[in-house]
Amino acid sequence: MFYRLSGVRHTSYPAARQLWPIAADRWQVGVLALLALLAPLLISDLYLGSYALPWLIWTAAALSLSLLMGLGGQLHFGFAAVMAIGAYSSIHLARGGVPFEFALLGGGLTAAVIGTAFGAAALRVKGLYLVMATLAMQYLVDWVISNVPAISGGAQATLRTPEVSFLWIPIDSLDARYYVALLWTVLMTLFFLNVKRTSFGRALAAIRDKDFAAAVIGVDPFRTKLTAFMTASFAGGVSGAILAFCYYGAVTPEQFGFNVSIQLVAMVLVGGLGSVVGGYLGAGFVLLVPIVLTNLIAGLGAAGWFSISQNLTAHLPLIFYGGMIIGFLLFEPLGLAKIYDNIRKYFLVWPFRHSGS
Amino acid sequence: MAYFIELLVNGALVGLMYALAALGFVLIYKSAGVPNLAQGALVMMAAFLVWYLGSLGLPIWIAILAGAALMFGFGLLVERLLLRRMVGQPVIMVVMLTLGMEILLRGLIPGVFGASPKSIDLGIGLAPVIVADVFMNRAYLIGGLVALLLIGASMLFFRTRLGTKLRAVSDDHVASWAVGLSVERAIGLSWGIAGIAAVGAGVLWGSVQGVDWTLSTLLFPAIAVVILGGIDSIKGVLVGGLAVGILGSVIPGYLDAYAGGSTRDVVTSVIILLTILVRPHGIFGREDIERI
Repeated sequence: MFYRLSGVRHTSYPAARQLWPIAADRWQVGVLALLALLAPLLISDLYLGSYALPWLIWTAAALSLSLLMGLGGQLHFGFAAVMAIGAYSSIHLARGGVPFEFALLGGGLTAAVIGTAFGAAALRVKGLYLVMATLAMQYLVDWVISNVPAISGGAQATLRTPEVSFLWIPIDSLDARYYVALLWTVLMTLFFLNVKRTSFGRALAAIRDKDFAAAVIGVDPFRTKLTAFMTASFAGGVSGAILAFCYYGAVTPEQFGFNVSIQLVAMVLVGGLGSVVGGYLGAGFVLLVPIVLTNLIAGLGAAGWFSISQNLTAHLPLIFYGGMIIGFLLFEPLGLAKIYDNIRKYFLVWPFRHSGS
Repeated sequence: MAYFIELLVNGALVGLMYALAALGFVLIYKSAGVPNLAQGALVMMAAFLVWYLGSLGLPIWIAILAGAALMFGFGLLVERLLLRRMVGQPVIMVVMLTLGMEILLRGLIPGVFGASPKSIDLGIGLAPVIVADVFMNRAYLIGGLVALLLIGASMLFFRTRLGTKLRAVSDDHVASWAVGLSVERAIGLSWGIAGIAAVGAGVLWGSVQGVDWTLSTLLFPAIAVVILGGIDSIKGVLVGGLAVGILGSVIPGYLDAYAGGSTRDVVTSVIILLTILVRPHGIFGREDIERI
């Protein structure tokens, strides 16, 4: 009833290939896009700046990682380091007078080059060993950034982002920063949706499912994996740069530590591997749920429902975060995207319980 | 030269204590084929438990024994409740599950017992031991000896009847089922033993650097130890631990002054990367032959 399938007939190849063949899906996407565009008018600056903006940027980062982990099946536990490379190099480029647009590209390219170099080294191995190799990359990059003053920005190790403008519009207000982040996230989303339909995307899926079987049918595993590393690192680098320019405003090495890498992997897994909806839901869930639950419990404790020590309250976000990862892996390994899919399938045939025979 | 020998000896002793932290990882990988990235958190949890039991007024030796019993039970519980559901899932799921456990414990344990650093007093004393002009940290010396003892004990354990069963299970799950071994019980047992190894590492490291959440960062050197030594070899833990400890002590000893500190993490990372590049299965690890 909600997702009416009657009348959906493909009479041409473009119609058969379109992203959202069902009218209800197109409506949903349209409404969401409109809401995202109007968000600065609809919600207060506090919510826009501290919830919507980071959510968008982390979604873009999670989608970049999902390209590698979900589509390509290559585990990466040092993705925060890739983002750090993008952030630091774009800031240094912008401080050197390079226009913001090219600084973003430069950040992405630097991240792609370094990320691919580590990827090429690590791609001889897979599975657990790839996890360990990328983990080592995370620590190496962290160390280089914090121990080379020319990169980290001197003794305080914080580097302020310079004033920039994007396409002649100065990025100085919250709204402008929000729209830059929105633009990048929409670009990433469209790229992700479409890359699944290209030969590269199909080759990646073949590699993920069985690499030697893919090699037999003529897909070069090493080249495809390397291209995947490069694409994901580029996108991750730009996401890191956007995160630095539009959200943090000043970067320190700790903002891209090992825990951030884990957080990104958690976003991808909680959302659902290789799913766009999952990228959005996972990023939102991992960012917001620990905060919301902690505030709830602290509020209930303050209202006198039960007593909870200051010390335990301070540790609640970590507890919820870890518990969330365990809970999803045990009870819904396919993540929030699967839950969304179940709900959608339910309404696809509603008011009936299942379709046909 | 004396400086070099001092770095060498103390590095070797620290390495033995890394090896103790890595022992739990290898025990579980060996029997269940599961990477246990929560070993750092288990070490931290064990240290907190022993400190708590000690603060209740128990003598330290009783507290350690009771802590070992509790951690053994906790290991069994983790296997029964969490890992058994993960049989047959891809490795990323297990890696993330153990990492999730690591994060959960890192929040829960300091949240319950208090985040401020605690101290465990083993009655070792602070005065360094001096042998032929070489200063050795007394705590490291005792820690290294205890680690050596425990690793030796676990090597001997794999020669007992029970240990033979565990080795059989690690070789082939299906074949072990066929001859009537309980694979589940063997894997649970290996988690329990990993819990006991965590008590050893937790008490020794806790007495050296204090008990707080930073104990869980032992995971990183422990990973370097198992990657270098071979992920399923106890002999490898010993050799890998010595190598990581010595390199992680000697190289920073000379380079820290020029490179701006904390080169130990770099050495650890480079060890991991080089091992994976040159010999992914480590020094003593079994090379997996991939069958199509």
